[in-house]
Amino acid sequence: MSQSQTSTSAGRRMTMGKALNAGLRRALEADPKVVLAGEDIGKLGGVFRITEGLQKDFGEDRVIDSPLAESGIVGTAVGMAMRGYRPVVEIQFDGFVYPAYNQIVAQVAKMHHRSRGLVPMPMVIRIPFGGGIGAVEHHSESPEAYFAHTAGLKVVSCSNASDAYWMIQQAIALDDPVIFLEPKRRYHEKGEVDEDATPAPLHRARVVREGTEATLLAYGPMVKTCLDAAEAAAEEGRALEVIDLRSVSPLDMQTVATSVQKTGRVVTVHEAPVNLGLGAELAARITEQCFYSLEAPVLRVGGFDTPYPPARLEDHYLPDLDRVLDAVDRSLSY
Amino acid sequence: MSEHSGSSGGELVQLLTPQGERIDHPDFSYSGSDDEIAAHLRDMVLVRRIDAEATALQRQGELGIWTSLLGQEAAQIGAGRALRSQDVVFPSYREHGVAWCRDVDPLRLLGLFRGVDLGGWDPHAAKFFLYAIVIGAQTLHATGYAMGLEKDGEVGNNDPERDAAVISYFGDGATSQGDVNESFVFASSYNAPVVFFCQNNQWAISEPIERQSRIPLYRRADGFGFPGIRVDGNDVLAVKAVTEQALERARSGNGPTLIEAFTYRMGAHTTSDDPTKYRLDDELEQWRGKDPIERVKAYLSRAGAIDQAWLEELQAESDALAVRLREDCLTMPDPDVAASFENVYAEQTPYLAEQQAAYAEYTASFEEGN
Repeated sequence: MSQSQTSTSAGRRMTMGKALNAGLRRALEADPKVVLAGEDIGKLGGVFRITEGLQKDFGEDRVIDSPLAESGIVGTAVGMAMRGYRPVVEIQFDGFVYPAYNQIVAQVAKMHHRSRGLVPMPMVIRIPFGGGIGAVEHHSESPEAYFAHTAGLKVVSCSNASDAYWMIQQAIALDDPVIFLEPKRRYHEKGEVDEDATPAPLHRARVVREGTEATLLAYGPMVKTCLDAAEAAAEEGRALEVIDLRSVSPLDMQTVATSVQKTGRVVTVHEAPVNLGLGAELAARITEQCFYSLEAPVLRVGGFDTPYPPARLEDHYLPDLDRVLDAVDRSLSY
Repeated sequence: MSEHSGSSGGELVQLLTPQGERIDHPDFSYSGSDDEIAAHLRDMVLVRRIDAEATALQRQGELGIWTSLLGQEAAQIGAGRALRSQDVVFPSYREHGVAWCRDVDPLRLLGLFRGVDLGGWDPHAAKFFLYAIVIGAQTLHATGYAMGLEKDGEVGNNDPERDAAVISYFGDGATSQGDVNESFVFASSYNAPVVFFCQNNQWAISEPIERQSRIPLYRRADGFGFPGIRVDGNDVLAVKAVTEQALERARSGNGPTLIEAFTYRMGAHTTSDDPTKYRLDDELEQWRGKDPIERVKAYLSRAGAIDQAWLEELQAESDALAVRLREDCLTMPDPDVAASFENVYAEQTPYLAEQQAAYAEYTASFEEGN
C-alpha cells in the first residue's frame, strides 16, 4: 500500500518551511548527537529561515554557523560523523554545492563501503533546490542526478509540508548519507502536518492522485505542477494518475510499476535537464519492468539542456501545466 | 631576501645533526633515554624494510602500486611515537610509519595496494583512519573529528589519560588544495584540537615545492592565526619533541598547530613514477647525507648504546619481518565478489540487491550448466 500516511487528526496547518523547522527541532530534541551546520543558520536562521530559533534553543554547539566554505562544511561533518555525531548540514543554494562535490561523492558516499561498515556516515545534506523564484544564476538549479548517480548516497525530495516534517526526521535517523532536496519555491505553501501520525517509509513513493489514462511521475516542486495538470485534465474528462516519487534514489519502482501496468502511459516531469536526468532512468526501468503494459513510449518533460536561464526566461525553461499536458496529449496519441 | 620555500632556512628545529651530534634548541628538547632512541631506530629500520619489501613485491607484480616512504622514516616515527593512545590519526596514503606506530599490521596496508580491499583495518580500534587518496580531503575530516572531541569535552581537562588530540598528515603538494586551506580556517575558527603535520618532501610527483609556495610552508599558519613550526623531518628526536608539544597544546585546548617536517622523498612518488625525468642526482646525493637512520646509528654507536651485534640482531629481525610480510601477502585471499555489493549502504537498496542477486545467478550459471 503506497498511501500509508494516516490522517486521523487534522494536525496543524503550516508552511513547508515551518514544517522543516519543526522537524529539525524534533530531531534535535530526540537525539543529542544531532548537530546542524551551515552558513548563516544560527542567529539569522538561514537565508530561508528554515533553522530559525534553533540556535537560540539548542546552543551554538549544536547549531553551528560555519565559515563560508562548502567543502569545509561537508568535510568537517564527515569528521563529526566519524566521531559519532549525526550532522545535518545546510548548503545555502543548489548552485553552491559543487565546491563540496568531492567531499560528497568521494568521501561521504564511499566511507561506509570502504571501511566495510565500520565507519558509517549518518549525514543529511539539505539543499534548497530548483527554480521559479526569479533568482540570479546559480540559485535555481536541480543537481539531483549527480547525486542519484553516486553509489552510497540516498536522495530524497519533499513536495509538501507534512512530508517535509517527517522526511527530514527520517533522513536524520537513517544511517546512510542523504541528500535532502527542498523545493525552495514551495517553502511558503501551507499544508496539514499531523505530528502524531505514522509516516510512510522514507523511500516509498505515493500515489497523490488516482487516475487511469496516464501516469505523471514527479518529485519536489513538480508534484504540485503535475497535480494542477491532472486537475485541468479532469475538467476535460481525462483521469491522470500522479505519483510523488519522494525518493529519487532509491526509486520505489513497485509503486511506479503498479501504476504503469494500470495506465500504460507515463510522463516524467522534473526541472532538471532531461539529458541523463531522472526521467531517463525511470524510462529505462519502466521499459524493463513494464514493457508489455506500455501503450506509448515513456515521455520526459524537463528543463532544456542549457545552463539555467536568466530569471526572465525561466518560465520557458521550467515545466508547467501546459507542457505537462502537451506531453500527455502526445502520449495518448500513440 | 625572504626565506625561500625550498631552502631549510634558519628556523629549522634540529636536535640531532646529520653527523649524529645532539644539539640544543631554546624551545624544544628531547628528554628520552638512549634506549628510547634505540627503539626509534628499530622502528625506522623496520618500516624502511617493510617499505623495501613492498616495493619489491610491486616490481614482481604482486602489488598494483606502492607509495614509498623512503627518506621520511624520522618524520613518521617521530610524530607517530609522540601520540598518546587516545589521539586519533588521519593519514594520507604514505603514512606506513605512522601506521606502524598505531599497531596497524603492515599486511593490511598491502591489502589496499594489492587490490583485495579498500582499507582493511579497523579505523576506530587503531585510531588510525583509512588512507585518503584524494589529496587533502582528510584534513577536513581530522578537523571535524577534533571539533567533535571538543564537543565531547575530551579537551582541556588537564587529564593526561583523557585529553585527546587529532593529527592529520599531508604533503607539500596538498597545501595547495582548497580542502587543506579550509581545514586551517575551520580549525582556527573553532580552536579545534588538531595538529596539521605536513611532510614537505620537496616534490609533489614532478613538481618542486617552489611550484606550490613562494614562502616556507610553516609560515602559512600565521595567516590562519595559529603557530607554524618547521622541524628537521629527518631528525626523529626533533620531530618527536615538536609534535609532542603541538599535541599537548591541542589536548589542553589551545588549538591547532602546523608542523612542517622538512624532509625528502628519496624514492619515486609511487612505483609508477620516474623521478629521473625531473630531478637531479646531485639533489638526491645531498639528501643521502642527511639520512634519518644513519644519524641515529652514529649517535647511539658513539654513545655506546648500541653495538654491531645489536645492529645485526635488528637486521635479522627486519629480514624476518619482510619474509613474513611477503608470505602473508602472497597468500592473502582474494575477496568474495559479494564484498563489492556489501556495505555500499547501511540499508541496501532494492535495486542493488537485485543487481547482486542477478550477478550471483549469472556467475552460478557457469558453474552448473556446462
